Amino acid sequence: MTTYAVEVVYRGVFQKTLSRNICRGIVLAAHKEGKVGTAFGRYGDSPERNGVPAKYFAVVADDRIELEESLAKYEPKEVDVTICADDTLCRGLESWGWYGLQAINALTKENGTLIVTSKQTPESLLEDIHRTDTPYNLAILSGPASFSGLWVYKDDHTDVRILGALAKVLPGLVGLESYCQAIEEQWKSGAKVVSARRSYEQLHVRPVEPGEGSSAPRFSFEKPGWEEMKEALVVQGVAKGAGFRGGDGGFQAGRSEVFKKFSTRTMRPVINFEICTKCTLCWLQCPDTCFDVTPDGLYDVNTEACCGCGVCEDVCPVPDCITMVGEEHFKDNFSQYDWYQRDKEGYRQWLKGITAAQSAQKRSHGLHHWGQYQEELAAAGRGDNDDN
Amino acid sequence: MTTRTQTPVEREELISGSEAIARACALADIDVVTAYPIRPYDTVMQFVSKLIADGELKCEFIIAESEHSQFEIVKHASAVGARTFVGSSGVGWFYAMEAIAVTAGLRLPVVAMVGNRALDDPGAFGCEHNDALAVRDLGWLLTWVSSGQEALDTALIAWRVAEDPRVFLPCAISADGAFLTHAQQMVRVPDKGLVERFLPPYRRGEFQLHPDNPITIAPQVNEDWLMEMRKQSDAAMRRARGVIVEACDAFERVFGRKLTPFVEEYMTEDADTILVGMGTLAMPIKVAVRRLRAQGQKVGFLRLKWFRPFPVEDVQRVLSRAKAVGVIDRDYSFGSPFHSGVLSHEVRSALYDAAARPPMVSFVAGLGGREVTQPLATEMFTIAGQVARSGRSDNETYWIGVRGKQS
Ligand code: SF4
Ligand code: SF4
Repeated sequence: MTTYAVEVVYRGVFQKTLSRNICRGIVLAAHKEGKVGTAFGRYGDSPERNGVPAKYFAVVADDRIELEESLAKYEPKEVDVTICADDTLCRGLESWGWYGLQAINALTKENGTLIVTSKQTPESLLEDIHRTDTPYNLAILSGPASFSGLWVYKDDHTDVRILGALAKVLPGLVGLESYCQAIEEQWKSGAKVVSARRSYEQLHVRPVEPGEGSSAPRFSFEKPGWEEMKEALVVQGVAKGAGFRGGDGGFQAGRSEVFKKFSTRTMRPVINFEICTKCTLCWLQCPDTCFDVTPDGLYDVNTEACCGCGVCEDVCPVPDCITMVGEEHFKDNFSQYDWYQRDKEGYRQWLKGITAAQSAQKRSHGLHHWGQYQEELAAAGRGDNDDN
Repeated sequence: MTTRTQTPVEREELISGSEAIARACALADIDVVTAYPIRPYDTVMQFVSKLIADGELKCEFIIAESEHSQFEIVKHASAVGARTFVGSSGVGWFYAMEAIAVTAGLRLPVVAMVGNRALDDPGAFGCEHNDALAVRDLGWLLTWVSSGQEALDTALIAWRVAEDPRVFLPCAISADGAFLTHAQQMVRVPDKGLVERFLPPYRRGEFQLHPDNPITIAPQVNEDWLMEMRKQSDAAMRRARGVIVEACDAFERVFGRKLTPFVEEYMTEDADTILVGMGTLAMPIKVAVRRLRAQGQKVGFLRLKWFRPFPVEDVQRVLSRAKAVGVIDRDYSFGSPFHSGVLSHEVRSALYDAAARPPMVSFVAGLGGREVTQPLATEMFTIAGQVARSGRSDNETYWIGVRGKQS
């Protein structure tokens, strides 16, 4: 008698179909082995917002009675495998239905596995992932994060590659052959079966010891009883703000101490302070009031608050003054203005390098029309979907 | 003894409760469906539109500009003889209430799904039953389903019963938001040919609004006619009981699966303590029953499938042999007798004249979509067990799983 639970931590909208395909694939493959299962998205995550971290679950048991024993439809209490479909989520995730910033491995069982699609090394990922008290395994499926649009699915085989990886790390759940059968039936694609088999063979697994990983604090809070809550749950807002960094000059909006939003971001604005005309547009138009006005009238992005929507880049009238750069290039939420003040030359050099690196790669998401992905593949001289 | 006339033809599909109802729309070959987005009901519309796009369903799919128009459109479509489907959730259902109320008065057999949702503000998407319960007095048939399979089966039964000329009343299928609407499980989907044998075409006969059949519906009636008209609705609702039983018999003949019409009894035969509830909370309660039975406790669970018509005979038959009854409401009725939820009042009322009247206790649980966990299920059995031992009703209503004091 064994019940297995798997979660997929993914980027809202951009990876919705991907996470759904994975969890449905698990349940359909389990069905081939005579097991019963259920797949569901965490209800509190919908309606999804672009990039906001969300979860999808698959729970599988030997029979219906056993499945019922273990079921929790909002969120299982622990999972055998956590699948992280974008490695920038390894720093933690703040969901739309708010629970504070949560560790990526918060639900991963002792000796369970965290599967991450990434081009980074395990060591580099462990700088981001919260440390745990118990050992677990970190499995890396080599590749970039797969992002689609709201209406368009980018079928780059990430879904079946993750199923192949699951067969490797959790063979008791479903065996590789059952996954291959289910894939064949669902997608009628031999190429997808090949991709699943290949990732089964190529998966890289590294054991992680207790204490290894980031020491960033884990978020927790107490919920009050009904007598202690304000009537009708009136919520105290934040004060309107004051001078830049608490000084007299400039202005810094008041912001929530606990609700940050940065884990939603897949890209962040990078600012060339030297060509900024101080037109105020970024500050006015940012939907989340992220810009701090410095005493000398420049605008510094508060990267703890920024959700990466890209509006500032769009409205800035000065070419190349604001550039959205992929989040994988950053490790923390540092202040670009503070750095620029400390070391102007160093900042200039960094800015040049990072904006060049960004323009060399495509924007990480935003498929807009049917066939766009096929067009991109054709432009790159590749006709098939067998993308590794 | 029923005989199977044919081996059941069906296939299995991994679909959510909402998708199961959308599947039923295709199987029933509906003519008109109207949509307006609200969570969790919108998941039905998404799948209906996919079925249309995939060529599996041909019907008018009308996107209304509000829930009110959504329900107005199907009301009129039903009057001209179209088989209809509609639905909403929470405050969307309430926004349509004017149209909903008159649909029943005009005896139009619209089938609707209520994806149960809290009435927000404050913003909440989770499951509470107050939205659906708001139509309990209006002449709507009202049923609660607890699994994707039951959602599909019940939808087919809903059209058959609602469109029966002996009934001609609208039917609301209540489905718990998230727990039912969003969870995908394997559901057996019958062959369309079988469904055609179960579900006859909708024929309004002399009541059909058509140029060849010039009639007026919804005339001004006032005190001269309205009371008699209400009595007709009352008679139709009384007849619905038998029609539901017939439909379940026919369901077994055609699909080869037995359905109990009004209630599901779970280990109630020899139970001293019985909990009563509706919808998906049946699952954790049944798990608790199994666990407590394993410890030798005589506990059971009674799930009501239909709320209107209310299965008073079943409730009396099953509960009057218990030593204590606990009623779980996933709803509230502030200021009501004993401050309990709606189901609790109905059960109390049904038991008042029962041959043996068991002592009762009321629970409010799972509001806002809060999960009814194993410890909470066990807590309810413990409280009801105390009532069984004392032999006296406990008129306190226990809020199960609420943070803070009881009262
Ligand atoms: S990307 Fe720009 S506009 Fe969008 S939240 Fe961040 S700072 Fe504000
Ligand atoms: S929009 Fe561009 S130019 Fe204008 S203040 Fe912001 S960064 Fe400077």
